[in-house]
Amino acid sequence: MLTALLVMLGLALLLGIVLGYSALKFKVEGDPLVDKIDAILPQTQCGQCGYPGCKPYATAIAKGEADINQCPPGGDSGMRALADLLGVEPKPLNAEHGLPKPKSVAVIDENLCIGCTLCIQACPVDAILGAAKHMHTIIASECTGCELCVAPCPVDCISMEPIQESVANWKWRYPVYSLKQTA
Amino acid sequence: MISRLFKFSGGVHPPEHKLESTGQPIQVLPVSGTLVLPLRQHVGNLPKILVQPGDHVLKGQLLAEAVGAISAAVHAPTSGTIVSIEDQSIPHPSGLPDVSITLNPDGENRWMPLNPTDWRQRDRAEMISSLRVSGIVGMGGAAFPTQIKLRPGGGSGIKTLIINGAECEPYITCDDMLMRERADEIVRGIEIAHYLLGPEKCIVGIEDNKPEAERAMREACARSAVKIDVAVVPTLYPSGDARRLTALLTGIEVPSDKRSSDVGIQVFNVATMTAVYRYFSLGETVVSRIVTVTGNVARPGNFEVPLGTPMTALLEAAGGELPNTNGLIMGGPMMGFSLPSMQVPVIKATNCIIASAPRLFPAPPPVLPCIRCARCADACPVSLQPQELYWFAKSQNLDKAREYKLFDCIECGCCSYVCPSNIPLVQYYRFAKSEIIAQDKAKEAANLARERNEFRLERIEREKQERAAKHAQRAAGAKAESADADADAAKKAAIAAAMERAKAQKAEVQPKNTEDLSDAAKAEVAAIDVRRAEATAAEPEAANVVKEKQENG
Ligand code: SF4
Ligand code: SF4
Ligand code: SF4
Repeated sequence: MLTALLVMLGLALLLGIVLGYSALKFKVEGDPLVDKIDAILPQTQCGQCGYPGCKPYATAIAKGEADINQCPPGGDSGMRALADLLGVEPKPLNAEHGLPKPKSVAVIDENLCIGCTLCIQACPVDAILGAAKHMHTIIASECTGCELCVAPCPVDCISMEPIQESVANWKWRYPVYSLKQTA
Repeated sequence: MISRLFKFSGGVHPPEHKLESTGQPIQVLPVSGTLVLPLRQHVGNLPKILVQPGDHVLKGQLLAEAVGAISAAVHAPTSGTIVSIEDQSIPHPSGLPDVSITLNPDGENRWMPLNPTDWRQRDRAEMISSLRVSGIVGMGGAAFPTQIKLRPGGGSGIKTLIINGAECEPYITCDDMLMRERADEIVRGIEIAHYLLGPEKCIVGIEDNKPEAERAMREACARSAVKIDVAVVPTLYPSGDARRLTALLTGIEVPSDKRSSDVGIQVFNVATMTAVYRYFSLGETVVSRIVTVTGNVARPGNFEVPLGTPMTALLEAAGGELPNTNGLIMGGPMMGFSLPSMQVPVIKATNCIIASAPRLFPAPPPVLPCIRCARCADACPVSLQPQELYWFAKSQNLDKAREYKLFDCIECGCCSYVCPSNIPLVQYYRFAKSEIIAQDKAKEAANLARERNEFRLERIEREKQERAAKHAQRAAGAKAESADADADAAKKAAIAAAMERAKAQKAEVQPKNTEDLSDAAKAEVAAIDVRRAEATAAEPEAANVVKEKQENG
């Protein structure tokens, strides 16, 4: 009887120490839920959700202030992933925040650009290169397609061009075939 | 001699259809018309173009050089003028055009100056680095740049060199014919690979449906100074897959997350070995390859053609396609894909062209639901669960598909071949794989965007603070002078205080060797001190202090 008690007591102590130690040792920095939501968001940083970027939107979702269907670039699959993570019912994207579009990149017409730097200030990911009064260029691989640089341009020289399918980004299609009746 | 063969699980026996194209020797085709050289001839990075339209080039001249580790050079297959560098239709399952160099032959077919070398005199490291400009890729169809595989394995080194002459896929006979006719070239290539890698063992694996090739290889190997074994493996698709052949010949299952070089094994295709021989012994870069042309054509056979030759020229050489031809398949019927058009050029990975026709490839019977018979699992040479993979791929449950080792699937098609419900399983796996790859890429891009966004926000914040600090400084500028004077005084005071402290410390220091003494010694010291006190009566206080200390200690 006594040994049993002692063993249990010992175990309880030991486990308590282990748990206490790991709570300190493996302490999670920041808010894990916000980071998890942010990991699902597409990081376009376009602000269509009504927040100044993906992280603020993630924070708002985590606080329960924003709905999960406000991110058009994330599309239906992004919304579903959020629903999955938060354990809520999926719902169709809210059209008020815009509709999903094919992924595009911004292109500057380098003949028109006057080098005003307004687009550089607008770009959330520093994807535009250029100095004052010099022609600007967009690094296509870094552009998220957020369109934030389009409106500020005083000479309307930025256009959004959908990314074309190429051998490099081509994907195998989902197999389609007709299910024939076999009598 | 190989003492015993091992086995791999699964595999199927599709009809071979090899006899059709082995009836006549390999024909060397001349250059015909313009040649189109896609830059994407292999996996990895696109090579960098070194020429411009209008340039005149010689046969074998470097047109585009390898970029990064996994990449291969592209050379001129004949002498002529570069006409254009633009997107052209290429042999790719997407059917999409890609950047290609178009060459207009001048009809002279003049080689650049070749410098044949005696590789036995050359330094290994130098030879391996020179492979970067050879343009050699795996000629079995995978087209993996060879320079990476010929580097001596990291640390452990290569113990077994396997030469793949299994050629297990139906219809294809280019390796068979190569072994029959040019066994000596293959063996010389093997000797070079042997010199570079220094393996303990060297085995050529050939399926037992190629007795002529086996005989030719045995004879050639017997003539070699290097000990090369020829092993005959039973005909069972897909024994020509590098990992399956490795398992057959050595009994070693290479773990899926490792390369075979990690376990001391390297596998090369026979045609790759001839390319290695030609490059080192003759100085010739990769400008041609042997292609099997078979299926619904008048005279099926094997043809050595300059790279970039249009498929139409090949079909013509094979007597033209017969009526009812409804397309071309590049590669075999199990793993190949349909070509977007007959105009696409031959590339380094083109081992076989099959003219398809309903007589050979009837329209697939209707697809039925999966009945969970698990025949696919029995046939799978990688021991996967194809029916589960199918389920996950179909429902686009991609995480699960990955978890069930989708990426271990070699797309051999054994599962689709045996499925009684005629489900095109491999198509689902290809779809799921490319979907997952695209998602991973998007994730990577998102992470990059997040990082750049955070960096930018931080920068803006920092700039704001810097500006604020500057403003504050400017505002404080007026008061600065009087403050300066104050600061000077404070400094002086601080220095004075520090000096004071130092002095006090010095004063407090007492001789320490008088502590911890025996009583007798203490008494003696005390006596001496008393005498000293008497002698220096002018300073009685100091003597007292010393005495007190000694008593306390
Ligand atoms: S370049 Fe324009 S569209 Fe692209 S990320 Fe920057 S602001 Fe957005
Ligand atoms: S295609 Fe993939 S799943 Fe099917 S048998 Fe081959 S390796 Fe197995
Ligand atoms: S062989 Fe076809 S029917 Fe049978 S379990 Fe596999 S997928 Fe299903």
